[in-house]
Amino acid sequence: MTGTGVGPELITLENVVAGYTHHPVLTDVNFHVHEDQFTGIVGPSGAGKTTLLRLLLGTLKPMSGKISASKDLRLAYVPQLETVSWNFPITVEECVLMSRKSANQLPWASKSEKINVGNVLERLSIGELAKRHIRELSGGQQQRMFLARALLRQPQVMLLDEPTSGVDVATRHDVLHLLADLHEEGIAIVLTTHDLNGIAAHLPHLVCVNQRIVAAGTPAEVMNPDVLEQTFGARMEVLEHLGMRIVIDESPTGSPMRNAG
Amino acid sequence: METLLEPLQYAFFQKGLFVASLSGALLGFIGVFIVLRGMSYIGHGLSHSIFGGFAAAQLFASSFYILGAGIWGIASALAITAVTKRSRLGADAAIGVITTASFALGVALFAKFGTSGPSFENALFGSILGISSEQIIGLIAVTILTAAFVFLRYRALLFSTFDPDVAAVSGVNVSRIEAMLMIVLSLSILATLTVIGVTLVAAMLVIPAVIARMLTDSFSRMLTYSTIIGTFCGLVGMYLSYYAGVPSGTMIVLVGAALFLLVLSITGARGLRRSAGLDSHTDASALAPLSR
Repeated sequence: MTGTGVGPELITLENVVAGYTHHPVLTDVNFHVHEDQFTGIVGPSGAGKTTLLRLLLGTLKPMSGKISASKDLRLAYVPQLETVSWNFPITVEECVLMSRKSANQLPWASKSEKINVGNVLERLSIGELAKRHIRELSGGQQQRMFLARALLRQPQVMLLDEPTSGVDVATRHDVLHLLADLHEEGIAIVLTTHDLNGIAAHLPHLVCVNQRIVAAGTPAEVMNPDVLEQTFGARMEVLEHLGMRIVIDESPTGSPMRNAG
Repeated sequence: METLLEPLQYAFFQKGLFVASLSGALLGFIGVFIVLRGMSYIGHGLSHSIFGGFAAAQLFASSFYILGAGIWGIASALAITAVTKRSRLGADAAIGVITTASFALGVALFAKFGTSGPSFENALFGSILGISSEQIIGLIAVTILTAAFVFLRYRALLFSTFDPDVAAVSGVNVSRIEAMLMIVLSLSILATLTVIGVTLVAAMLVIPAVIARMLTDSFSRMLTYSTIIGTFCGLVGMYLSYYAGVPSGTMIVLVGAALFLLVLSITGARGLRRSAGLDSHTDASALAPLSR
C-alpha cells in the first residue's frame, strides 16, 4: 500500500497557527495532502487532531499562516459516529441522499440520484438496508452508511475523524480494509486516531501531533519511544512483530504494559 | 351535530376557528425543526423576548408595534446564536439571560407606561377574539413564507438539522440556514402570539412535533403529522374554548397535552423510544465547536 504522498498536492498548510477563542491549539503547522495520500494523524486527547482536520476541511480559519487547496477540490468528511443522534427520523437512503451534489434542495430526490445512492450502498454491501431506520444499524453498518454518504460526493480527499472509535475489533478491520480499497481506487485519505496498534501501525504514513507536528513518516520511522514520548507525554516501548510495530506502555513500576489502543 | 354547527353562525367564531387552526398548523410545522434540533428552550425564550418587544415598540411607535416586536424577536434570536458561537457562554445561559431580561423589561414597561395595543393579559395568554384583519393577513403571510422556506431549502434544513458539521463541508451554508430558521421562528411566534399567548406558544411548538415523532420514524411523515396535529389542536381547542368559556390558547394547549397522553398510552415503549433524545434544551452539536 502506497500513501506517503508523492502525487500532486491537493491541500497545503503553511506555518499555520490555529485554535479557538484566541487560544492556539496548534502552532507552526506545515502539512500537505497529496493525491495518493493515506495518512493517520495520531496524538493524545486535546493534542489538536480534530483542529488539524477542521483546518483541512476549511471549517476553521487559521489565526495565522496560509491554507491553500487545489481548484474545485472535492472533499468529503466522515465524522465520529457519536456526533449525530441515531434516533433522528430518517432511513439509510435518506441519510445518504442528504449529500447529493446537485442544487436540488426540494424534498424529493430525482430518479438518477436514487439510483446513484443505490449503487453506492451496494458497493459498501449495505444495499439491502436502504429502507431501514438508521437506529437499526450496527456500529459497522453505521460507519458504512457514513462512508456511503461521503462517497456520493465522489471525493478526491476523504477526511475521517476517529473512524474506528467505539467499534469492535471485527468492525475495525472491516473499516480499515474498506479505506484501503478506497485509497486503491484513487481517493486520498486522512484520518485521526488514537489507536496506535489497531489502526496507526497499519497505515502507510503517520503524522504525530501534540500542539505541533512532532514527527511525520512511515510507522517504522515515527513509532519509536522518543517520538511517542514527545507526542503522548509518556514513555512507551516499541516491539516489532512480523514487520509490524507494537506499542507497549511502561507501567509506573517500569515493567511494560500492553498499549490499550 | 347541531352543537358543533351552532357556534359557526357567529362571524367571530368562524374567524377564530380559522386563525386557531392555522396557528396550530404553523407552529406544528416549524416545531418539527425546533424539536429535532433540541431547541425547545429557544422557542420558549423567544416568545418571552418578543413580549418585551411588544411593550417597548408600543412606547415608541404604537401603530407599528407588531413590526417592532418582530425586529426585537429576530434580534434576540440572532443575538442568542451569536453569543453562543462567539463566547464560552452555553446556549442555555445565553437564552436565559437575553430572553428573560427582555421579558422583564416588557413587564416593567407595561407596569410603568401601560399600553395602547393588546392588553397585558391578552399578550400573555392570547385573545383570539381581539385579532384584527391585519393580524390575520400577517398570519397567512407568515404561514406561506414558512412553507416556502421549508420547501425550497428542504435538503439544507434537513442536513443541517441532522449533521451540521458534515452539512457545512458538503456545501450547505449552515450559519445562514440557522439564521433564516431563527427569523422564520421569530415571525411564527409573533404571528401566533395574540392567538395562543406568550406563555403557551412554546408548548404548541413542541407538543405536536413530539406526538408526531412518537407516531413515525420518517421525517417527511413527521412534518405532515405534526402539521395535522397542530391544526387539530387549534380546531378542537377553539370549540372547547367556546363552550368552556376559557382563553383559546389554554384550551389549544390542553387538547395537545391530552392528545400526547393518548398517543403515549397507545404507542407505549415504542413511542418513548422514538421520542428519546428530544429533550435537550439546545442543539449542542450545531452551536458548539467540534472537540479538539
